[in-house]
Amino acid sequence: MKRSLQSTLLLLLFIVVLLLAPVLLPEFYVTLLNYIGLYAIVALGLVMLTGVGGLTSFGQAAFVGLGAYTSAYLTTVHGVSPWLTLPAGLLVTGVVALSLGLVTLRLSGHFLPLGTIAWGMSLYYLFGNLDALGGHTGMSGIPPLQFVELELKSGREFFYLIWAVLLVLVLGTRNLLDSREGRAIRALKGGSVMAEAMGVNTPRSKIVVFTLAALYASTSGWLYAHLQRFVNPTPFSLTQGIEYLFMAVVGGVSHVWGAILGAGLITVLKQWLQDWLPRLLGQSGNFEIIVFGLLMIVVLHRARDGVWPMIQRFFPQRLICARVDGVRPLTRRPLPEAGSVLLEVKDASKRFGGLLANDRVSFGVRAGEVMALIGPNGAGKSTMFNGISGVDPLTSGSVSFRGEPIEGLPAREIARRGMSRTFQHVRLLPSMSVIENVAIGAHLRGRRGFVAAACRADRAEESRLLHEAAVQIERCGLPEQMYEAAGSLPLGKQRIVEIARALAADPCLLLLDEPAAGLRYLEKQALADLLRRLRAEGMGILLVEHDMDFVMGLADRVLVMEFGQKLAAGRPEEIQRNPAVIEAYLGGVE
Amino acid sequence: MDLQIALLLGQDGVTNGAIYALLALALVLVFAVTRVIFIPQGEFVAFGALTLASLQAGRLPGTVWLLLAMGTLIALIEGAAALRKRHFRRIPLILLLNCGAPLLLAGALVAVSSASLPLLVQVFLALLLVVPLGPMIYRLAYQPVAEASVLVLLIVSVAVHVTLIGIGLLFFGAEGSRTPSFTEVSFEVGDVLLQGQTLLVLVASVLLIIALYFFFERTIYGKALRATAMNRTGARLMGISGSLAGMLSFTLAASIGAFSGILISPITTIYYDSGFLIGLKGFVGAIIGGLASYPVAAAGAILVGLLESYSSFWASAFKEVIVFTLIIPVLLWRSLTTRHVEEE
Repeated sequence: MKRSLQSTLLLLLFIVVLLLAPVLLPEFYVTLLNYIGLYAIVALGLVMLTGVGGLTSFGQAAFVGLGAYTSAYLTTVHGVSPWLTLPAGLLVTGVVALSLGLVTLRLSGHFLPLGTIAWGMSLYYLFGNLDALGGHTGMSGIPPLQFVELELKSGREFFYLIWAVLLVLVLGTRNLLDSREGRAIRALKGGSVMAEAMGVNTPRSKIVVFTLAALYASTSGWLYAHLQRFVNPTPFSLTQGIEYLFMAVVGGVSHVWGAILGAGLITVLKQWLQDWLPRLLGQSGNFEIIVFGLLMIVVLHRARDGVWPMIQRFFPQRLICARVDGVRPLTRRPLPEAGSVLLEVKDASKRFGGLLANDRVSFGVRAGEVMALIGPNGAGKSTMFNGISGVDPLTSGSVSFRGEPIEGLPAREIARRGMSRTFQHVRLLPSMSVIENVAIGAHLRGRRGFVAAACRADRAEESRLLHEAAVQIERCGLPEQMYEAAGSLPLGKQRIVEIARALAADPCLLLLDEPAAGLRYLEKQALADLLRRLRAEGMGILLVEHDMDFVMGLADRVLVMEFGQKLAAGRPEEIQRNPAVIEAYLGGVE
Repeated sequence: MDLQIALLLGQDGVTNGAIYALLALALVLVFAVTRVIFIPQGEFVAFGALTLASLQAGRLPGTVWLLLAMGTLIALIEGAAALRKRHFRRIPLILLLNCGAPLLLAGALVAVSSASLPLLVQVFLALLLVVPLGPMIYRLAYQPVAEASVLVLLIVSVAVHVTLIGIGLLFFGAEGSRTPSFTEVSFEVGDVLLQGQTLLVLVASVLLIIALYFFFERTIYGKALRATAMNRTGARLMGISGSLAGMLSFTLAASIGAFSGILISPITTIYYDSGFLIGLKGFVGAIIGGLASYPVAAAGAILVGLLESYSSFWASAFKEVIVFTLIIPVLLWRSLTTRHVEEE
């Protein structure tokens, strides 16, 4: 715990420096720091959106504008207290962001940023052309903020408010990312298929981060309006929106502190360039954007993680997500009685254009048995898996799971009913540790949401989730790799991590897509032992595998597929003697 | 609004729409081949128009310096790579292509007084100055990260856009320019006066679209681009170089951009940053086509032009607001009709 003490000390030191700054620094630097703080709040939202969630927005400046203009309009025209206009601004921004998110987030990733460019322009022109908002001249006479008797009129007083808000948001965001919902957000970057299969409602997660980032921007706008006490459309233009993204990327788009660093670097650089470039070039204009653009290209080519990781090396690293012992284990779902039918597939067909990848296949899996699905490459095995688990729904046919029809349900709903799966092409988040990856599997076993995570009210549940993840990792035989980055493991071990992740969901039916590929002999034996133990506990296992020794030694029943159709089904020794199967695998004798 | 005004506005809308359609086609092309969302497309419009205006005013266009600088940079990068790999024979070609050609062009421009040249030669010179910037930008900004995600490429695009805007201001100043019409002919159809330049824009756009169609259907390079657009890895296995395809699509996009700029600069005044708005309207068209369908993108762009022209009559202050808000119902419609398939 020495590391955590050190980082707490560093944080305290940072706070002390912040407390002293306005007292010691001249006015100019206090103003500069105020702006850095305001920009950093917006950039922090972008860190969460872009660096962590893999989405992006060029229109954050327009959200800042919504916050600022709402407050400006309500305070000057209707005389509302500034303390009431903050929630009003957040409400307006939230509604706008939510509707934009609902419209764009179902499309491929690049439609959102394109959408943000368009409505960033649109809102900017709206601010400039609405007479009620003062048009291009803007609105002045916005009242200052007031704490009982104290009016925050000077930049020095405002400094404390801005940086307190920023610090609270930074710590809250950090806490949020290090939680159940935070892992769900981080899982978005690895594509939504895996996250959905683990029960994450990915459209919801996307809309929540997008809205949250917009609310951060709106807060910054509210502060801006009452610091300046004057608003006009210029600071809410698309150019400023692009600059916010530059701040996040240059600072370090996957680190919360990168937002402050980036805002600081870009703001100071801009100040300096605006002094020097016009003198150097002999004409006036905002030429600093040339330097920013080039800087951005270089950063994206050479150091996509930004500047923060270079500084971070000098700080002690807090070990996040360590295993916690001595907690009450998560409650398990009651397993169905051994021998009862878990999964029933009837006449399942899947058509891709002209190709019939699955053609009226029927089979069932019982609790406490291992059912193997084998067949040559292209026989339609993985397609069948995707159809059953809801990743890519079947064209026709019915699937029932524990007596309930599930065809047509989204993957996350099927996961919730107790089916968990692995993927043939490993879908882990390579930069996250093994334990964090496995904990994603336990997503549905937790309840705590965003607010609880941000203020650390979720710790009891979080430690139970992490404990569960650690137990599953140990059960699968990877205790030494628990804190390593998942991407650094050899492929065979990564497949085992996938199994641990699936187990963390506490399934009663496990779908394993080629779990033994890439494993060595002893590892295969260990895997077979694990699957036997799971079977003995009463779990049903459906397995796709090419290693015949592995399959025949383990499976209770085997289903053979060829060209999308069921070729044979039966016990392993029957299958091994079946002439049709022998012909499919070895070719017929002429 | 009487019929005459309606027709006049319609004429305006279709003319602008034709330009947006050209840009939309270029955007779809670049996205399909390279996955780059080419935000700087509009800058080529402005650079094309302003370079022509500089030539007509007898000034040395600033784009010459950009061409020289980027050429030198590429020569340095490629030269260093050739030295490392000991391909000494390639060095003269690298130098000739990236430094020699731009120097020759610059020399010619200094030697001849460009204002006295015939219009067609000026147009040709302007294209010669602006179009090579396309593949050069691809080489410098995009090729090193060609395998990155669409998101990273998009951020690179925005960075390139911002850089070019700044450079545009530096080279051409804040004042706008308008070039003389290619033709002074005008026709009277009923009550409406049809400007020759308007017809020229339409005819040129249609011809260019037909030329593009034949390029993609009948030439080996066009087919190579289509193959890359369909399947990058597959095309590479067939010997189509990804960077060649990238350069080629950027050359086409730059040509379309610069040419559009030259076409409309007699109709509207072009400023260093006008291109961005024009390009974005092309984007709205391209998004209507889902960044995938050429005909729908072109039709969408015409729609944008008409919407813009009629809304400038009804609510001129909110013209831009209306055009850019159009994207929201379009996105909603697309999100309800397409099933999103994830990239592997």
